[in-house]
Amino acid sequence: MANILIVDDSNSIRDMVSFTLKSASYNTVEAKDGLEGLNAAKRSSFDLVITDVNMPNMDGITLCQELRKLPNFRFTPILMLTTESSTDMKMKGKSAGATGWLVKPFNPEKLLATIKRVIR
Amino acid sequence: MSIDLSQFLPSFLEESDEGLALMESGLLDLEPGDDESINAIFRAAHSIKGGAGTFGFNQVTDFTHLVETLLDEMRDGRREIVGADIEILLKSVDCIRLLIEAEKVGETCEDSRIGHTTDLLNQTLALSDSSNEESNEQASVESTNVGGSSQTSWQIEFIPEHHLVQTGNDPIFLLNALADLGEVSIRCQSQLPAFDELDPEELFLTWQIELIADVDEDEIREIFEWVEDECQLNITKVETVEQVLAEPEHIASENTEAPVPQIEPEPVTAPEASIAPTSAPAASTPATNDKANKPAAKATVKAKPDAGSIRVGVDKVDSLINLVGELVITQSMLSELGNNFDLTKVERLNAGLEQLLQNTKELQESVMRIRMLPISFAFNRFPRLVHDLSLKTGKQVDLVINGEQTELDKTVMEQIGDPLVHLVRNAVDHGIEAGEQRIANGKPAQGTITLDAYHQGGNIVIEISDDGGGINRDAVLNKAIEKGVVEPGVTLTDSQVFDLLFEPGFSTAKQVSDISGRGVGMDVVKRNIQALGGRIQVESEQGQGSTFRVYLPLTLAILDGQLVKVGDQVYVIPLISIVESLQAKAELINTVSGDLVLYRLREDNVPVLPVYQLFNLPADNKDVEGCLLVVVEADGQKVGLMVDDLLAQQQVVIKSLEDNYQQVDGISGATILGDGSVAMIIDIPGIIDMALSHARDKQDQFYQSMTQEHV
Repeated sequence: MANILIVDDSNSIRDMVSFTLKSASYNTVEAKDGLEGLNAAKRSSFDLVITDVNMPNMDGITLCQELRKLPNFRFTPILMLTTESSTDMKMKGKSAGATGWLVKPFNPEKLLATIKRVIR
Repeated sequence: MSIDLSQFLPSFLEESDEGLALMESGLLDLEPGDDESINAIFRAAHSIKGGAGTFGFNQVTDFTHLVETLLDEMRDGRREIVGADIEILLKSVDCIRLLIEAEKVGETCEDSRIGHTTDLLNQTLALSDSSNEESNEQASVESTNVGGSSQTSWQIEFIPEHHLVQTGNDPIFLLNALADLGEVSIRCQSQLPAFDELDPEELFLTWQIELIADVDEDEIREIFEWVEDECQLNITKVETVEQVLAEPEHIASENTEAPVPQIEPEPVTAPEASIAPTSAPAASTPATNDKANKPAAKATVKAKPDAGSIRVGVDKVDSLINLVGELVITQSMLSELGNNFDLTKVERLNAGLEQLLQNTKELQESVMRIRMLPISFAFNRFPRLVHDLSLKTGKQVDLVINGEQTELDKTVMEQIGDPLVHLVRNAVDHGIEAGEQRIANGKPAQGTITLDAYHQGGNIVIEISDDGGGINRDAVLNKAIEKGVVEPGVTLTDSQVFDLLFEPGFSTAKQVSDISGRGVGMDVVKRNIQALGGRIQVESEQGQGSTFRVYLPLTLAILDGQLVKVGDQVYVIPLISIVESLQAKAELINTVSGDLVLYRLREDNVPVLPVYQLFNLPADNKDVEGCLLVVVEADGQKVGLMVDDLLAQQQVVIKSLEDNYQQVDGISGATILGDGSVAMIIDIPGIIDMALSHARDKQDQFYQSMTQEHV
């Protein structure tokens, strides 16, 4: 089953995303900020990355840019999990190489449906 | 399938508490240009908003959205950081806290502060236009769902840019999503370049799609939302199918001959639809999904009361595991010894038992540490409190906090918060003088309040000191005389005078202010502290300031006790409530009406309580003269407990009587002594109440018999 990397500084959001994905039998790896996420990405490959935007140490936009520099992650879907519905933030995400975004509030059904749009 | 996230609610609540505390302390220290702090505050608000939305706490989400917008403007420099805005944000933190509290029990928060602060936030935000932009966007999202309900035929041309796949987007998923909307027929055109120009990482295909579905243009565009800047998308409405087909629409779907695999159009209103394998993109039905989830989330909130959890550092757990490991080793050593024991092994047995004792002690301490939290949990609300108070009173006050890492039992911590708040309020309101007065007295205009915590023996000491005017001894004494608390003309030591502050209904402030001095207060503070098995002490020097010192036991599970013997029973008296123990002298004993005995202890007349009588025990000694009196104090009342013998002082583990048996008057709990016997722990305030009501009954009987004799 697909391996998914979850990057979010909020324990509860991370737990919820991970729980939702596991219940749909995906494998998950969690990281609590961009830096940790990047390190996890350097160690192993993922089929999908779901990342928050606002995080300490390294934000989601920078993480996205950094991931696209890694050979393994050139085509990997990256979804931004964010409450920011402003077009500005979406554009920033896109130009950093994000595949798409998930607008919070986090909704498990919506998350799973959206994932179906980026991985098999 | 529905995914129940209610199990994550406690963790969200805990996290939002932390977030709010972080926002508060961050805001208090915020300086213009401090990007890291403002970012951290923004992130905290952002996380709360996100989590709240997930659990359907809409009031929280809406309110936090305003806060976040304001913070966002500060963050990217569109708005200057000024004091007034910070005040609004601090108020907002309180509001979010109130809103979350209300949502926890599934209620709507009706507090007037919410509306007021919302207005303030809106007014502040109205000065810039970004919030309008946001609300417009929301409005447009809502309007997309007010689509028609008839099948329409659409012609869609999708020409992606060559680099589309490099952001992780795969056209097949977009096409699948379209297929989920209704009936599609897809034609693909390839525009492959010459082989030597072919880049395998680029996309050279374009698509023509014909879609027949009950959707409007926005719903189709939403599928291409992620790639709208990386493709050319032409959508044209061909015609409304209903106008062409005379037959009802379901016939059309039965006769499909489409070239791509067909999926029955699923009803988008069903909540399950969005997670079916090839379902409609949920993004197209946000309103429906949200509505479906709201009631569910609310219901689970109500069902789950706050169980009270504790966050324990890994090091504490590790040390516990380590100690249990050692205990197991000791146990196996002892059981091996016991297998074939003879007298030659006595020494090893002794050593083993010694080790067991050590292990047990360490284990006990380690387990207690789990319940211990640094007192910063109780202290961290004070910077905000002092900030607010100094604004309100117009006094400049600086707060210094020491010993934040001192650890204290969680239960004690929870219950000491309010008394401490009261003491700090008092310090600002009554302790620190107004600025001009301070300068006139040769002090800096800014007053200082110091909070300190440290361990002393088995107690934690919390000190609240101010460098204000100190307590006016004469004012207190006069007030006490006026109130009839003390007799005029008595000589009292300073500390006895200061203790008068804790008498019910005592307040020396000339004007009752909004902050403190409503007359209910210090007596309640003292009662609360005593209820925790602690005590409070005041020290003050005129013109130099005052120090309130609160002594609390480190834990409520273990008590330092004095073992006493009454008849053939052993009782435990909490050491903290014992004033002194003495042997009664005949000349100091007075018997008053009924058979109430008073013992003269310096200036006080202390009622003597014969414990054997209260508990109906056969006692060795029923005579007050020459017996042992343990003088204890509770609620400001001293009494002498008549006991037969004083035994050891030791720490005892408190076991609840109520849980195991039932509540007994005059007894607060039980403990098991070293020899395995059970000893009762005397509830000092309880036994005083008991004795007083006994005395009253006796007195009534006495007077009744007197009047009867006279008749």
